[in-house]
Amino acid sequence: MTLTTVDQAREPALPSKRGLSRSYARPRRTPLNWVRGGGLAAFLFLLPLLFVFGAFSWYPIVRTAIMAFQHTNLVEAPTWVGFQNFAAVWHDPLFPVAVRNTAYFAFLALIFGYPIPLVAAVLMSEVRKRRGLYSVLAFLPVVIPPVVGVLLWKTFYDASSLGVFNTILHWVGLGPYPWLQSQQWAMPSLVLYSTWANAGATIIIYLAALIGVNPELYEAASVDGAGLLRKVWHITLPQIRGVLLVTLILQIIGTAQVFLEPYLFTDGGPVHSTLTVMLLIYNYAFGNSLGGNYGMATALSLMLAGFLVVFSLVYLRATRSWSTR
Amino acid sequence: MKSIRIAMIVAVAVLLGVVASTAAGSTRSAKKVTISVASLIPGSTPEAIKQFNAQVAEFEKKYPTITVKPVEYQWTAPTFAAKLAAGTLPTVFEVPFTDARTLGDNGQLANLTPYFKKLSYHKKYNKAVLAEGTDAKGQIIALPKGAYAQALHYNRALFKQAGLNPSKPPTTWGQIRKDARIITQKTGKPGYVEMAKNDNTAGWILTTLVYSLGGRMEKGIGTHAKATLNNKYTVQGLKMLKTMRWTDNSMGSNFDLGWSDINQAFAAGQVGMYISGSDVYTNLVQAYNVNPSIYGLTTIPLAKNKTAGVLGGGTLAAVSPKVNNTQLSAAMKWISFFYEQPLVSKKQAIRNAKTLVANKQPVGVPALPLFNHKQYNLANSWIKPYINVPLGHMKPFLNGIFKQKLIPEPEASTQSVYNALNAVVESVLTNQNTNVQQMLQQANAQAQAAIEQGS
Repeated sequence: MTLTTVDQAREPALPSKRGLSRSYARPRRTPLNWVRGGGLAAFLFLLPLLFVFGAFSWYPIVRTAIMAFQHTNLVEAPTWVGFQNFAAVWHDPLFPVAVRNTAYFAFLALIFGYPIPLVAAVLMSEVRKRRGLYSVLAFLPVVIPPVVGVLLWKTFYDASSLGVFNTILHWVGLGPYPWLQSQQWAMPSLVLYSTWANAGATIIIYLAALIGVNPELYEAASVDGAGLLRKVWHITLPQIRGVLLVTLILQIIGTAQVFLEPYLFTDGGPVHSTLTVMLLIYNYAFGNSLGGNYGMATALSLMLAGFLVVFSLVYLRATRSWSTR
Repeated sequence: MKSIRIAMIVAVAVLLGVVASTAAGSTRSAKKVTISVASLIPGSTPEAIKQFNAQVAEFEKKYPTITVKPVEYQWTAPTFAAKLAAGTLPTVFEVPFTDARTLGDNGQLANLTPYFKKLSYHKKYNKAVLAEGTDAKGQIIALPKGAYAQALHYNRALFKQAGLNPSKPPTTWGQIRKDARIITQKTGKPGYVEMAKNDNTAGWILTTLVYSLGGRMEKGIGTHAKATLNNKYTVQGLKMLKTMRWTDNSMGSNFDLGWSDINQAFAAGQVGMYISGSDVYTNLVQAYNVNPSIYGLTTIPLAKNKTAGVLGGGTLAAVSPKVNNTQLSAAMKWISFFYEQPLVSKKQAIRNAKTLVANKQPVGVPALPLFNHKQYNLANSWIKPYINVPLGHMKPFLNGIFKQKLIPEPEASTQSVYNALNAVVESVLTNQNTNVQQMLQQANAQAQAAIEQGS
């Protein structure tokens, strides 16, 4: 009989080298072990998610890829047509128009829509009182259903002299402007609405990023006599550059897929001046009451998705060093 | 012994009762069928909904085994195509004359022929109208709901306010232009407004204008038809619109109105004159509660040449091809009851008119005959005591329409032809420097390609 202290008794005896390898060896993969190890429970919990994701996300993606190479009216049996749908899209005179318009929307959104939330967030972070109120006001347009927002703005954009914007501009001796009724004005009008509707979400992201900036940096800059603009330029922007890069790529991807604004405001008009790639896809699929050209619609969808994947990869590669510096 | 016999009789009786009731129950449940039917357009007034529900209740009383589920419905090209693709159309839905035959040929509408032949009144149909619902194989794939001729709707109150006589509406396009200018100058409201939305209504109304001047949008039939969008009458019509828009400034400032939008604007007193189907008064009441005293209806002025005519069209009721025989039979009963019987059965016509009047819905809206002329006059005589629309304000139309030549919509790729014209109309109304000839040539090429593809 060997005497042991209490502590020694609690500690497990160290196994020999051979025993170690035996006791910590991976258990054999058997269905029973998998069930005992909680695998079945995890799978059951995962099942609804897999089903929903599969049914509503992966299945449509796979179906889209298949339909892009078919001719179908969803009633009769589809026929394989190879790359004909892609060629038809490429030769459609509205395709370059839609690409040009989408690029124009993205450009305007980048010029106006991208800096405005940043400026607003910086200003709001500087405010000492009622910051919560300003946050709520900024975020409010995001929670307004888009259809309601568009209906509201349609009345603002009334091209007569009685329209809301035209009335306000008349007070300062401007207008009336045609807004959505002009080929030149329609797209900037959509960008204006889009900025209003979406800026709130980006402002919240920037505000969260700004909290992460070390206040001591600002204090040090103040001691050195830096003003607000120099602090923003030399401290704020470099400190949140990672977030800025992410929001930029998200904005570009979002604007490349712009649909809601041109669909609800102008239906792509006047004279295709607001026809975007997504709206063209919609028109291919549903523009003709006799049944759409689903092959062309899915082909253009794949082309857009392919472009965005390539663009994102190039963008991430090009900005990798800058974002991690 | 006696008690045993009584017990046995009772047991047998109970057993028979149970079997009988079970059998009856199973028979009842086997025959029960539910169909969804197109009802009113979204946003209809409570009175209109009440009236529709009353008709549903009457139908269900007549056919206790059929349950009818009304579904709000408005045909527009994009929403129809989306619902068709998704299979979410109601069992009974409505399609325009322009689409039924192609949808039927594509197998997208149920074959109604066997049921159609059982209708006691099937030989009374206007053959031209019935042809719109007959596919290439000669099968009946839709039955007519209503036929219209394009007409000029005008606001009598604005006419009066502008110093014009509302009982003497314009009879030439020159007068329309002049009256529109006067209305704008005197009232500040647009004198003449046109649907110019990219949902094909722009092309539809331009085609109406071109027909009235003597032009046509295509020659021939089917995929061999030739697009003639760039004819001299289209150029003439567009030049007139350009003058009204940019010189007279009598067409207002908003040029993105579709069918519902323009009805709403008219009912709100914001439009002097506009073109739409002669039966649009029903929608003006059902959806926008128009004040009958402001409403005026007249024919579209026709140019003095042999080819000028008024565009006519209509709507048909059709059934989804995905239904089983029981549902198809029930759907046909509904179509007959709701759409056709009020025009061929005196009892049903009067009952229908009474329900409409009780719910403040219009009775007597001008429409073109779906059945032969004798039947048309007969049906009108049945409902005469119940007519509640301002017939006096519609006299210019009623006196003139049967003297006008009725021309059907372009036969080949109708919606694509309209679609090609949308951009031309939009351009004329939103860009003063539009090159009409160039745009028409592009539109013609687009329409020709669609015709050749049969899309």
